[in-house]
Amino acid sequence: MTRVEFWQGNTACAEGALAAGCNFFGGYPITPSTEVAEHMAAKLPKKGGVFIQMEDEIASMASIIGASWTGARAMTATSGPGFSLMMENIGFAAMTETPCVVVNVQRGGPSTGQPTMAAQGDMMQCRFGSHGDYAVIALCPASVQEMFELTARAFNLADQYRVPVFIMADETVGHMREKILVPDSVERVLRKPQRADVLPFHADEDLIPGFGQFGTGHNVHVTGLTHDERGYPAATNPPLHAALVQRLVDKIENARDAMADYDIINPDAEQVFVAYGGPVRPVQQVLHDHPEKNIGFLRIRTVWPFPEKALAKFKNAQRFLVPEMNLGQIAREIERHVRVPVKSLGKLGGELHTPKELAAALEAT
Amino acid sequence: MSYDEWFRQDRLPHIYCAGCGNGTIINCTLAAVDQMGWKKEETVFVSGIGCSSRAPGYILTDSLHTTHGRALPFATGVKMANPDLHVVVFTGDGDLAAIGGNHFIHACRRNIDLTVICMNNQIYGMTGGQGSPTTPKGCLSSTTPFGCAETPFDLCELATAAGANYVSRWTSYHVKELEKAVKVGLETPGFSFIEALVQCPTAFGRRNKFRQVADHVDYLKVHSLLKAKRDRMLDAGEAIPEDLFVVGELTKRSRPALGVKL
Repeated sequence: MTRVEFWQGNTACAEGALAAGCNFFGGYPITPSTEVAEHMAAKLPKKGGVFIQMEDEIASMASIIGASWTGARAMTATSGPGFSLMMENIGFAAMTETPCVVVNVQRGGPSTGQPTMAAQGDMMQCRFGSHGDYAVIALCPASVQEMFELTARAFNLADQYRVPVFIMADETVGHMREKILVPDSVERVLRKPQRADVLPFHADEDLIPGFGQFGTGHNVHVTGLTHDERGYPAATNPPLHAALVQRLVDKIENARDAMADYDIINPDAEQVFVAYGGPVRPVQQVLHDHPEKNIGFLRIRTVWPFPEKALAKFKNAQRFLVPEMNLGQIAREIERHVRVPVKSLGKLGGELHTPKELAAALEAT
Repeated sequence: MSYDEWFRQDRLPHIYCAGCGNGTIINCTLAAVDQMGWKKEETVFVSGIGCSSRAPGYILTDSLHTTHGRALPFATGVKMANPDLHVVVFTGDGDLAAIGGNHFIHACRRNIDLTVICMNNQIYGMTGGQGSPTTPKGCLSSTTPFGCAETPFDLCELATAAGANYVSRWTSYHVKELEKAVKVGLETPGFSFIEALVQCPTAFGRRNKFRQVADHVDYLKVHSLLKAKRDRMLDAGEAIPEDLFVVGELTKRSRPALGVKL
């Protein structure tokens, strides 16, 4: 059963988290993500969860990692400047394999930039922003419905792969209001518990260790230092460091196909739009307005790890056109995977592409 | 008294230098924890980065060795998410008062139910002896080669002003007093802050004319001014010599606290 609501994207994000069983939110106010925190502040205590407003985004990220080790489904929400502050502890979460969900309702940057305007300028930061090699998962909603669904899914992916999962929304999606079908319940995939006979950081065949929740007698030592399977520091052991970091990357990259999430429209087209997040909407309008043109469209929801195999499904593609609210961050990723030209339709300024602009891009060289 | 069962025997030998004061503070803390009768599975040690922050890695409980300066917000997440857990934080002067200063005052303000033990060696030991926010004026470090020109923090006054329920200061000389202070801190709901001045022969002592470890411990003993004596001197209108620091139970109150087990 579902019910119909008329919600803002940020509200749907918070409700998706609640539906997924999120029971800890640590955050700091920042435009244009604040409504997520406000909604959680109002709803979480009534559901027996914890909302805490921390002193900054560094502390917010730290608090959700601490909460996650007690078994909580933990989350924070922010935007560009706060996202930058979270980077160090995001790396800590990657290194310690701590499940957590970070929502970034992207605004114009760099620096304070455009607090109330939309952008997608943090797509590479979410993939590579903390120091060292690691891998993460990033989901990009393009509607209020997807703000709900992808946020709920993010908790499952975080638990399953023991990794920070990002909801890389943007201001247009965060603040748009539209109809949403809210399900009575959502599927929950919980983290695999540590087995008594196995060391806390010994990975199974899926490269993921069982989770030794605090307070359950496993005596787990969690450190951001390079650590062995016992969790003990081993920072000057080169093969061990190499194997650990390789596993942290491989456990995500090897599961690329399993977590891929995209739609393919008109796979026989010669010109193909690729979009994620807000720009999906004007592309949809162009396809709607020009059914006679057989325009291809790859609509991506899981942006990291990047679903490269989807590109190969457009067998006749002569050109990929990539509208993004940045200067071509994902367009460059697409260039790595295809042999035909990739046209970046990067747009700065804080506004979505118009359907007219995109239709014109189809005609331009 | 031995607290062997609280230690990870398979992690020895430890990283601390010969003559380091941190082991004394860890021992006093575990003695107090042991007296509380807490079970290992309901006790969590949290730390940031630095020599003192390596302590949780030697203790046989769940433990969280985090990023530099951030032990308190991590500990806040643990405690708020599960108030049934007893959460003890080990930190140092650089970790707590420099990079983690903002988290320190806000954890005090929230009066969250944590016990924080700060091993104050007045220097950055792990990185080789740079000046810290508690390096005394005039003292030498690798980044204050002409003597520290800045005024050091009084961490206990800071904790009191920011709202902590329990604040005390002792040194690595005062083991009995320190053990008792930690125990009172563990018993007190809300934020408990125990500062323990420690000798650091490798990074601090050798630059500041403490030729022997015992010379530095003796310095800490001689320059400690008991709070009761300080109060008497103030009442009598006597000046407090600037090179002394006050030790004892400095604050004990029962303001409303956050994260207390119901």
